[in-house]
Amino acid sequence: MRLINLNAGRFTPLLKILPFVILALIYWIAADARHALNSEDKLLPTFEAIGDAVKIMVMEPDELTEEPILYTDTIASLSRIAKGLGIATIIGLVFGIVQGTLPLFRALLSPFSAAVSLIPPIAILPILLIIFGLDESAKVALIVIGVAPFLIRDTQQYSMELSEELLIKVQTLGASTWQIIVRVVLPHVMPRLLDALRLSLGAAWLFLITAEAIASSEGLGYRIFLMRRYMEMDVILPYVAWITFLAFLMDWSLAVIIRKVFPWYRKEKK
Amino acid sequence: MSYLQIKNVWKTYEESVILEKLNFSIEKGEFCTLIGPSGCGKSTFLRMLLGQDIPSRGSILLEGEPLSSEPGSDRGVVFQKYTLFPHLKALENVMLGLEMEHSPLLGKVFGSTRKRIKEEAMAMLKSVGLEQSAHKYPSELSGGMQQRLSIAQALVKKPKILLLDEPFGALDPGSKADMHVLVRELWKTYGLTVFMVTHDVKEAFELGTRLLVFDKVRNDPHAPNAYGATLVNDIKLDRNKRKYKGETYDTINETTIA
Repeated sequence: MRLINLNAGRFTPLLKILPFVILALIYWIAADARHALNSEDKLLPTFEAIGDAVKIMVMEPDELTEEPILYTDTIASLSRIAKGLGIATIIGLVFGIVQGTLPLFRALLSPFSAAVSLIPPIAILPILLIIFGLDESAKVALIVIGVAPFLIRDTQQYSMELSEELLIKVQTLGASTWQIIVRVVLPHVMPRLLDALRLSLGAAWLFLITAEAIASSEGLGYRIFLMRRYMEMDVILPYVAWITFLAFLMDWSLAVIIRKVFPWYRKEKK
Repeated sequence: MSYLQIKNVWKTYEESVILEKLNFSIEKGEFCTLIGPSGCGKSTFLRMLLGQDIPSRGSILLEGEPLSSEPGSDRGVVFQKYTLFPHLKALENVMLGLEMEHSPLLGKVFGSTRKRIKEEAMAMLKSVGLEQSAHKYPSELSGGMQQRLSIAQALVKKPKILLLDEPFGALDPGSKADMHVLVRELWKTYGLTVFMVTHDVKEAFELGTRLLVFDKVRNDPHAPNAYGATLVNDIKLDRNKRKYKGETYDTINETTIA
C-alpha cells in the first residue's frame, strides 16, 4: 500500500503525543546521565528539581508584590500582548479596509504602509524606549509596530478579493460606500483577519519577550533573561513551557471564536 | 417615448472600435434577448447598461433620463455566479437590499420594520421556489438554487429593468430548463422589463419577446479593429411567430456563425 493512503486510524491520538513523550524521555535520560557524573549539574535539572522550582514560583508569594512570581509575570505579559494585539488588530482592520476598498486611499496609503512594514521593529526599539521610557507603552508599541503592518497588508488583500460582480450587485441593491463596507467587506474580512492574527501570534510573543528582556521589571520574558544570569534552568525551562502553552491557548481560542462567530466561513472555503 | 433608448451609441477603446452606431429602443415589459458571436461587444454593452462603463459617443436613456455613471438600484442584475453574500443565509441575502434602504448607517434593521422586510423577502423567496431553503447559506445551495436566490435578491428591489448576464450558462440542462420556466413566470407576474445576454441561441428564442443580434457588418482584414459590431438583426418573437421558430432559428444561426 502506498504511504499516501495509509492512515493511523485508532492509533492517531497515540501518534499525536508520541513526539512529546520521546522528547521528555530523551531529556530524562540526558539529565540522569549528567547527574550521575555531577550531582550539582545545573544545565539539565532533574524533573524533581524543576517540580520544586515550579512549586515555589506558583505557591510562594514574592517579598515585593506579595503574589507568586509566575502569577505577576503572567498577568504582566498577557496584558501587554493583549493590548498590543488589540491595537494592532484595530489598526489593521481600519487601514486594511480603507486601502482595500477605496482606490483613492489605496493610492495614498498603500506604498506608505508597505514601506513601514519593511522597518525591522527591533531596530526602532531604542527609539520607542527614548520616547516612552521604561513605561508599559514602549512594550505595547513594539508589538503594535511589529504586527500591525502585516495585518494591514493582509486585510487590504482580503478586501480586494471580493469579486467585481459582487460589488456591482450590492450597488444595484442600492448600497452606499459605507453600507458596502459594513455589510459586505467587514464580514468578509473579519474571520480572515482573525486567521491572520493567529499567524501573527509567534511574532507578537517574539517582540514581547525581546522588549521585556531589555527593559522591564516583571514579565515572563524578563524572568527568563534574569534567571539566565544564575543559570537557573529549573526556572527557565518551565517558563518556556508555560509561554508555549499560553501561545497555544491564544491560538486555540481564536480558532474557536472564528468557528463560533463566523459559521459560514469554513463552509465558504470548502 | 420609449422606456429604454439607445441613441447612436459607440464604444471605442483607444484604436479599436467595439460597438458602433447602436440605435434602438426597448419598450416597458419587453423581454429582450441579445445574442452574437463572442467578441461582438455583448458584455461591453451590458457594462454600459449597468453603469460600469460609459459610451464613447451617444447616450442611453432610461425613462428619458440618462443613465447614472455608476450602478444603481434602478437596474437589477444577475450574473453567471459570484453574486451572493456568503455570510448571509438565503433569506438575509434577499433582505439585504431592503434593509439598506431603511437603515443608511447600519444597513440592518430591527423591530417591526425588520418583521415587515422579512415577510416581503420571504414572499420573494417563495415566488422563486426557495422557501424551504430560507435558512441555508449560499454555499449549501445547488447552482440552480443559487441563481434563483440571485434573481430574488435583484427583484425584491423592484428594478426598472432587470439585466441578466448569461445567468444560466453554468447550469446543467435540467436546472436550465427549470430556470427558463421560472424566469418567464416571474416576467409575467411582475410585468418585468428584462434584458438578457446569452450565447445560447435556443434559449434566446424561447425566452424572449424580442431578439437582438450584434455582429460586425464591415470587416477590414488589414485592420481587424477598425470597425465595431452593431445591431444586425432585430426580431419580434410573438406567439404566432413562435410556431415557425424552426425556420427563423436556422437563418439566425447562420448569421451568427458567419
